[in-house]
Amino acid sequence: MTMLSHILKNRLKKGLVTRPIASQEIDSLGQELNRTINKIFKRSLHIREVDTGSCGACESEIIAATNPIYDLQRFGISFVASPRHADALLVTGPVSKNMVLALKKTYEAMPEPKFVITLGDCALDGGVFKGSYYVENGVSSVLPVSLHIPGCPPTPLEIIKRLLAFL
Amino acid sequence: MIYLEVKPEEFKSTCLKLHKELHSPVMMLFVDDERIEQGGYFIYCAFLSFKEQQWSWVKTRLPADNPVFDSIAKEIYSANLFEREIKEMFGLEPLGNPDNRRLRLHDEVWPEGHFPLRKDFSGANAGGRVGEYSAGQVFGEGIFEVPVGPVHAGIIGPGHFCFSVAGEPIIKLSTRFGFTHRGIEKLLENKLPDEGVALAERVSGDSSLAQAQAFCRAIENISKLIVPERALYLRAIFLELERMYNHISSIGGMAIDVGFSFPAALCSIIKEALQALNDRLVGSRFLKGAVAIGGCRDIKEGDKKLIIDSLAIIMADFSEVRKMLLTSVSFMDRVDTTGRLSLENAENLGVLGMAGRASGLAVDLRDNIYPYSAAGFKMMVRNEGDVLARLIIRLDEFEESGRLIQELLDKLPKGETMSQPGKYSQGSGLGAVEGARGPVLYWARLNNEGRIVRCKIVDPSFRNWTGLSLAVLENIVPDFPVCNKSFDLSYAGNDL
Repeated sequence: MTMLSHILKNRLKKGLVTRPIASQEIDSLGQELNRTINKIFKRSLHIREVDTGSCGACESEIIAATNPIYDLQRFGISFVASPRHADALLVTGPVSKNMVLALKKTYEAMPEPKFVITLGDCALDGGVFKGSYYVENGVSSVLPVSLHIPGCPPTPLEIIKRLLAFL
Repeated sequence: MIYLEVKPEEFKSTCLKLHKELHSPVMMLFVDDERIEQGGYFIYCAFLSFKEQQWSWVKTRLPADNPVFDSIAKEIYSANLFEREIKEMFGLEPLGNPDNRRLRLHDEVWPEGHFPLRKDFSGANAGGRVGEYSAGQVFGEGIFEVPVGPVHAGIIGPGHFCFSVAGEPIIKLSTRFGFTHRGIEKLLENKLPDEGVALAERVSGDSSLAQAQAFCRAIENISKLIVPERALYLRAIFLELERMYNHISSIGGMAIDVGFSFPAALCSIIKEALQALNDRLVGSRFLKGAVAIGGCRDIKEGDKKLIIDSLAIIMADFSEVRKMLLTSVSFMDRVDTTGRLSLENAENLGVLGMAGRASGLAVDLRDNIYPYSAAGFKMMVRNEGDVLARLIIRLDEFEESGRLIQELLDKLPKGETMSQPGKYSQGSGLGAVEGARGPVLYWARLNNEGRIVRCKIVDPSFRNWTGLSLAVLENIVPDFPVCNKSFDLSYAGNDL
């Protein structure tokens, strides 16, 4: 069987895998900013992700949110490769001392208007790494934070719900 | 377990002898600050004879007033990173090691003369010195540098790569890590063992089960806790589930890195199915909380069927992925002979785990270990050492893990899954588990109150990153992502 017919066969057999996410599942969070974003970003949000010392589980779940099952992109949210293209900075990790400068520079490279979202318990206040000699105990000690998505790590569904509630 | 306590001047020669006789790289090399109890630092070096799975330890006491030791890194290259680590964390000088750059405490943010793992460390004010980190430059006509990171284009951990290239081919790759350093070994000090499990699970999130299990093994070995049969089986099942979601994630990553998106999408569907299964079994997509000291969580009535039914769907999808990848000429062209790591280099660098097995290094900590032996464990080894070999190892191990899980479920003994709670005793011990990337090693020492005094962690990424640096040589820069993904190492595990 040729490659293309193989892919086609699989595609048809598998059908639609994307999970519907009902609107009632989405809580209304951050109403104030919600309106601003609606107005400025027109329900389309480009996100740049920065890991400042996470264990990697948050990254794994953010990637999972873009897989065919959760398909975050269908809501107008996408991840971009450069801070120059980003509206929002999504930060994970408790901020290792080594990442402070890189985090600031990434933020500075973003065009206005811009805002910061933190994801995962350690990005809030250091989490289990709080009090270590090498962490800054959360992102808010370095940058202004507009939204926090809690969890260790938050599930893909939780990530999408929180982001949508925001838009 | 063989312990050799030697005089400081015999440390080097003993290590060299064991290295030669056992054909083992340095598995662990670390320091324990016992100045208060014993008036000095103890330095430990571990080797492993792979066939017999027999550990040999060399241990020596360095006086507090003259804490230096003879470097073994010139003779045993796999000791190099460990020696640099000892120097920055304890301030002990490895005499004769030419590489005195720091690994994790970057010069730009950390002042001189502060050694976090010393017992009398009381923090350091922010500071550091302004200066360029030297990555070792290549000079010559037409040679230029491509610096990348620490912030990368993808959703991935931070690390700095500097490629020296002549045209397209890479002549040298210098790496700099430590960007996710959180000081976990220090955080574990003074903790009760049960509090340490959560930290171990967060050393490297995608191998939280292997990390927690290795940590628990170390504590159980110290306290001579007997883990019930049923728990041994369940731990092995969980470990294979973790291996499966990691392997399929890396396989998908390799496909996406050469622009082959359909199988990559299918891989992410499989990964999701595995993580959803984890969630239903233990309430965590990353199997957090699945193991505890003395045992693990039990599975519920009907979970056996759930696992078998889920695996049937997963394996059907997987066989499609395998077929699609290995029959695509343009895909095979990208991975065949790409990023080759020779057996000699793998041995010298101390590369282990699946990356080592793809280069002909037949080492797997599951080999001859119960309950794997009861399930007929088969080790996967290939000799080519290229991206394709690492891909096929992952494909084969994925299938083998699926088979092992079914076999272990079949034989799953009845009974308890937690040992009788006992007191933690004073002493030291090792926990070693073959995680998805390779051996996850924990050495711990408890005091008379049962608290952790020192815990040394070696994630397989720590030893395998250097393997990537050599594997990419003479490859073109656009092939770096697929080479990198074929190793798929953890930044957090390396940086701790």
